Amino acid sequence: MTDEVMARAVSGPGSSTSRRGPLLYSDVIRERWRRPRFRGDLPGASAVAEDVNPLCGDRVRLMLALADDRVAGARFVGDSCAICTASADVVAELVVGRSRVEALTVDAADVLAVLQADIRPTRMRCVTLPLSVLAAALKGKR
Amino acid sequence: MRLDERTRPDFPILERVVNGHPLVYLDSAASSQRPRTVIEAMGQYYARSHANVHRSIHTLGEEATELYEAARDRVQRFIGAGSREEVVFTRGTTDGLSLLAETLGRTLRAGDEVLITELEHHSNIIPWQLATRDRGAVLKAVPLRDDGTLDLEAFERLLTRRTRVVAFAHVSNVLGTINPVAEMSARARQVGAFTVVDGAQAAPHLPLDISLLGCDFYVFSAHKMLGPTGIGVLYGRREVLESLEPGRGGSEMIKEVWIDRAQWNDLPWRFEPGTPPIAEAVGLTAAIEYLEKLGMERVLEHERALTRQALEGLAAVPGVNVYGPPARTDRGAVVAFTVAGLHPHDVAALLDAEGIAVRAGHHCAMPLMRRLGVVGTSRASFSVFNSPDEVGRLLAVVAELRTAL
Repeated sequence: MTDEVMARAVSGPGSSTSRRGPLLYSDVIRERWRRPRFRGDLPGASAVAEDVNPLCGDRVRLMLALADDRVAGARFVGDSCAICTASADVVAELVVGRSRVEALTVDAADVLAVLQADIRPTRMRCVTLPLSVLAAALKGKR
Repeated sequence: MRLDERTRPDFPILERVVNGHPLVYLDSAASSQRPRTVIEAMGQYYARSHANVHRSIHTLGEEATELYEAARDRVQRFIGAGSREEVVFTRGTTDGLSLLAETLGRTLRAGDEVLITELEHHSNIIPWQLATRDRGAVLKAVPLRDDGTLDLEAFERLLTRRTRVVAFAHVSNVLGTINPVAEMSARARQVGAFTVVDGAQAAPHLPLDISLLGCDFYVFSAHKMLGPTGIGVLYGRREVLESLEPGRGGSEMIKEVWIDRAQWNDLPWRFEPGTPPIAEAVGLTAAIEYLEKLGMERVLEHERALTRQALEGLAAVPGVNVYGPPARTDRGAVVAFTVAGLHPHDVAALLDAEGIAVRAGHHCAMPLMRRLGVVGTSRASFSVFNSPDEVGRLLAVVAELRTAL
């Protein structure tokens, strides 16, 4: 790990073009940041959870409407960066229509597959915060 | 010759190319970079002189001790402390503040008060939360005025006979506000309270003279002032240090030990248990030498010009908000800003894509963020090696940001 980082530092000019802005912020992330499809309140939500990313103070609140143990609706609100917002939007989209158990299986790989972005390790928590909020909402009572 | 023209060749890291662009390092408030002399001094020390300090009766041990204690003398002169006994080495600012909160905390009684401010770094909040909670004491904070300065009238009201400790930053790590240390220390002394000053954002950037500040304690880190990580300084007024029991025990801090008791060592070693950061002390000496060669007045002048350029330039970009006292007042070398419609982390990531390193987030000052009504900000901060061209790069990229996402 250390060798790898050192080698990257030494290899110099433009060696890490994959870390440039355009790929970090994929078209999907840009689109969902500008126009999230699942942002907003969900009156009558039956499962709600909220959490904060201690690294940056980002906050995501996820609201789920559960009917017959299925996710009938999902919405999120929060103060978060483009990556976290896009992730929350994708998580909400992915869980709608699933059973509670199926919804719990949504993981970072599923979200990344939709986002199609090169997320650096320092920003992975932005992707996973909505997932831990999802787990809390599904497992908690309310 | 401008200061940066003189210093830039001394900083090897400035040769880095990041994401296809020459590195523009604007994050010295988090941790500065080091000149070659600091890096080499530490390498030389490890290559030639390392041994443990103080109790080694051999040549290398003596050399290491000499170098370690020479660093103390250097620091004493740099900050204008009255004696070398008043200079205690710690692991950094956070460690120094924790040490003080633990030590002074044990003198607190139920109902006593500790007064901090709304603009503190978490490192000057949490240790006092722990100390007051453990003793049934009360923690209060001086509020901020809308211009980013402390409400000194509120400070007067909050300062009472119950106040035992007043702990505050010399320079805010977010707003750049320079607090009136001498004035606040004098007032605190009138009610019999100790003053603890967090100098992390001041020591690297302005001429320091502890004898003029009049505080009881002053703490700072080496790594923000061109020195190594892992070492900091705790200045303590001699009479006060003499009166305090050490909070941490082991090796260097004792004279004699029995199973059930011990006699403490003299100052400053009483507060330095364990093998100290010796190579780091050597690095700190080199960093201070470097800064003194430049002259702290010149450093201040150079960084003030960059700060003003950044503040005025950023304020002129549509959709950009800057925080803290106005550009025309004396400020520290930091500029916190937000870009409408963009999260501070995205701003930092987009700047990084252009090779520009800035900090983003709450800057370990969540109560201050709440007071400002933001989740976080992006923050550019400056050091001796930064140039007006680099600030120009920052301004140019920020101006394009609103359409970047």
